[in-house]
Amino acid sequence: MISRDLVIVGGGPAGLAAALAAYENGVKDILLLERDQYLGGILNQCIHPGFGLQYFKAELTGPQYAERFIQKINHIKEIEVSLKSLVVHLTKEKALTYIKPGAMQTLTAKALIMGTGCRERTREMIQIPGTRPAGIFPAGLAQKLINIEGLLPGREVVIIGSGDIGLIMARRFTLEGAQVKAVIEIQKESRGLIRNVVQCLDDFNLPLYLRHKILKIHGKDRVEKVTVAEVDDKLQEIPGTRFELACDTVLISVGLIPENELIEMAGVAMDEKTNSPESSELSTTSIPGLWVCGNAYKIYDVVDGVTRDSAQAGKLAAEYLRNLP
Amino acid sequence: MIKKLTCIACPQGCPLIAEIGQGRVSKVSGNKCPKGEEYAKQEIENPQRVLTSTILTQGLALKMAPVRTNKPIPKNKILEAMSEIKKLRLNRPVKVDEVIIENFMELGVDLITTRTVD
Ligand code: SF4
Repeated sequence: MISRDLVIVGGGPAGLAAALAAYENGVKDILLLERDQYLGGILNQCIHPGFGLQYFKAELTGPQYAERFIQKINHIKEIEVSLKSLVVHLTKEKALTYIKPGAMQTLTAKALIMGTGCRERTREMIQIPGTRPAGIFPAGLAQKLINIEGLLPGREVVIIGSGDIGLIMARRFTLEGAQVKAVIEIQKESRGLIRNVVQCLDDFNLPLYLRHKILKIHGKDRVEKVTVAEVDDKLQEIPGTRFELACDTVLISVGLIPENELIEMAGVAMDEKTNSPESSELSTTSIPGLWVCGNAYKIYDVVDGVTRDSAQAGKLAAEYLRNLP
Repeated sequence: MIKKLTCIACPQGCPLIAEIGQGRVSKVSGNKCPKGEEYAKQEIENPQRVLTSTILTQGLALKMAPVRTNKPIPKNKILEAMSEIKKLRLNRPVKVDEVIIENFMELGVDLITTRTVD
């Protein structure tokens, strides 16, 4: 079987930073696998500013932040980038199988870094009674539809949960001419950064209902309205507070969860509550020579932290390879 | 007059208290760094935001090209700027940070791309 010194799974901010740091620390054979047709990961759809304040001391958009890394990587011949490459299998010996158009490849990695990111939480969705009409989107999917595909998923929007992506999308929908009726948050405070409440909601006078929950989504083929009520300390509906909001679209923005099926498959010890690896030190896992970084390791507020910690993972991998017999 | 604000210049989001006299900010407190004071003055005297959006492409690898103003523009110009951006079409490959429109809407800022689009 083919053996590579360092394989990195995921070409988002985590994988990019890890690859660069590993190279800078002496690794000369790096394979970077990305399932999409571009490097950059989720940054490509995050066209808003707010990235790089710590790392670059400049306020960049997501794609600008990504390109600073992509341009460097493209000039380093020791880093082989394989796009449209989806890893489908991983063993505890760090043998991995990936598919790409027209090919399936299995190889072993002496060192392996997983930068597989996260996905949007949808668990709470199931707890919202009502029909299953069209028009309900995870906020990040709506972001992709607008910013990458150029499609506007709806005209009258209610956002459930005040995670950062939901707040960012409230502004984005408003700028695109849609009407954002409300952001509904069951907790006492916004889940997202306060700066996003200010610049995405307050700037456009969009209402944030704290301590409120959606009781029901109505609509036959398409969403027609939602029923909302205020909740008490036990998150139970306060009688007499119900109201309805007409809308054709509901966005769900209730947080993110690490995406770690591959390391689970390989038998890495997992923390079931957070869906991240059990880890004694930053990025380490129960399998020697296997690191997890970025949002797959833990959910970060800002990408600068992902870059910093993932670079550390790249450095650890380089050290590990140097010490191999 | 006293006005409470939240600094949005970084993710810390410091709560600020600005003392205002004759339409101008005379004192700012609550900021953890000098940027907070700058922000409070700007926000009260002439609030500004960076605008980001996308423009439709023709014949390029990506359907939408992300763009931004390279500097903040007055808050009250944001919606007008959006309708200007919506009218644009991009039909040539661009590099990241390439100027699409110089002195956009005479605001003294440039509209630039934020991604290489082949
Ligand atoms: S005052 Fe400084 S530290 Fe506080 S939010 Fe503003 S920029 Fe950040």
